[in-house]
Amino acid sequence: MSLLVGSLTIGFILSLLALGVHISFYIFDFPDITAEGSITLGAAVTAVMLMKGWHPLLATPLAFFAGALAGAVTAILAMKFSINKLLAGIMTMTALYSVNLRIMGRSNIPLMNEKTLVTGVETLSQKVLGASSVTFLRWEVSARDIGQLVLCPVLIALVALLLYSFFRTNLGTAMRATGDNAQMIRAQGVDDGKMIILGLAISNGLIALSGALLAQYQGFADVQMGIGMVVWGLASVIIGEAMVGTRDLGYTITGAVMGSVLFRLLVAIALRWGINPNDLKLITAAFVFLALVTPKLIPYLKSRKRRFAHA
Amino acid sequence: MLEINGVHKTFHAGSVNEVRALQGVTLNIQDGSFTVVIGTNGSGKSTLLNAVAGSFMVDEGTLHLAGQDITRWPEYRRAALFGRVFQNPFSGTCPQLSIAENFALAAQRGFQRGLGWAVNGGLRRQVREVVARLDMALEDRLDTPIGTLSGGQRQALTLLMATWQKPQLLLLDEHTAALDPKSADQIVTLTEKIIASERLTALMVTHSMQQAARFGDRLVMMHRGQLIEDFAGERKKHVRAEELLERFQELRRSDLLDESAAEMLERCYV
Repeated sequence: MSLLVGSLTIGFILSLLALGVHISFYIFDFPDITAEGSITLGAAVTAVMLMKGWHPLLATPLAFFAGALAGAVTAILAMKFSINKLLAGIMTMTALYSVNLRIMGRSNIPLMNEKTLVTGVETLSQKVLGASSVTFLRWEVSARDIGQLVLCPVLIALVALLLYSFFRTNLGTAMRATGDNAQMIRAQGVDDGKMIILGLAISNGLIALSGALLAQYQGFADVQMGIGMVVWGLASVIIGEAMVGTRDLGYTITGAVMGSVLFRLLVAIALRWGINPNDLKLITAAFVFLALVTPKLIPYLKSRKRRFAHA
Repeated sequence: MLEINGVHKTFHAGSVNEVRALQGVTLNIQDGSFTVVIGTNGSGKSTLLNAVAGSFMVDEGTLHLAGQDITRWPEYRRAALFGRVFQNPFSGTCPQLSIAENFALAAQRGFQRGLGWAVNGGLRRQVREVVARLDMALEDRLDTPIGTLSGGQRQALTLLMATWQKPQLLLLDEHTAALDPKSADQIVTLTEKIIASERLTALMVTHSMQQAARFGDRLVMMHRGQLIEDFAGERKKHVRAEELLERFQELRRSDLLDESAAEMLERCYV
């Protein structure tokens, strides 16, 4: 039960990562690898601020701005200095590794004894429930877990709604158009370079926010925590796409969130099933490969079959 | 209005693929005029239009619009002044966005984009009204992604979008070349109607002699990156498609002559 609750909560937390990856990869058609650095950056910034005694409600949003800065750097490298997009991301990501170590001062910051959003949620839900745990269908669930499971979706829904509304404004629509047809949006008087800088800033801001929440949830920030995150985010987005299709902005945003939650559930099932956690990244990469290749493979196989039929 | 002054542009300069696309083009376009540009393949007619629109910066020469020097303005900044329709019917619209959203983008051309709703009730009503006039039954499909429409429909919408905010100059780049004959005809008629009713200043590139003869009040012909003919006023009114075609054939013959003469000289002397 706690495994289920835990994976649901992580799924919601990492849905911000999925949303960020969705914005860069799908809306802007920009394969942005910065994510691996910016998720750690978010965790690092928030962890350090919490250690300094900042209120978690202030320390957490700060991660967004740090991530936004990192995203803007990648976009500026790519758009203003015409560096290959992948390389621009790799450069920022590599640089961020040092920056993150500088910020943290060491490779791991434990948050077990700090006042975090998690401890805040714990006290709140204990107050509401009037007990430190409740029994739900024979299972004992701690008030903290329930609080997290209730508040995380609320927070994510809020962010998703904000994002949805933003992409419906004049500025947001121009940003979506930039990834769709850059020639068109320039002809409508929009500086497409500026749109991509702003877009990657938002994308990496969300990803850093995800890192800040993840660090507080798991109780530590680690300089290695970003490894493999882009592929995890992609896997979530792909699962989401399979569930809701790519029809409309609202659907794709909901899809990214749902995809992230379902992906974490699948991971939990796989682990429960006895898969070695060390193999998880290999399996995820293979999954993304299959998801990307299958749609191309099917028409190819069909045409081959047809050719054989003719022969 | 638009003053193109001694514009030069060479692509891939210094390489084997060097193309001297514009070699000193000077053209003055009067306010309220409709100028048609024709030319052989590779004559630089589309390049001229793209130079005006700012798709690239020119190597030499200046561009002025309504007294402002726009030579160094980036493309997006010039877009505040120009309405553009491209040769590729898919270039002018965003496939994933709905018809209404595409118009919302066009309605903000030349303005700073803020956090107001892109598609609001007022805009939707106006778009519906304008789109209904196309007689393409698109007015009830304002929320469909534009990518699901045909090339002709998309080009018609691009034309409406380009003229939604009255442009100082409408740039049409062979905008019917990639369409089937029936759609091309519809777009031609629509173009004529809009330019006349909105009293637009327009610069149109075309490869069609019929269009060149029929449209506009001025006709310029390009060849090898230069303007070689300028029909205006009465002369333009009486120009016929056959006449233009003949002029083209003449150019082609002289081109052939150039090459064969060069070959002969090479054989004799090298």
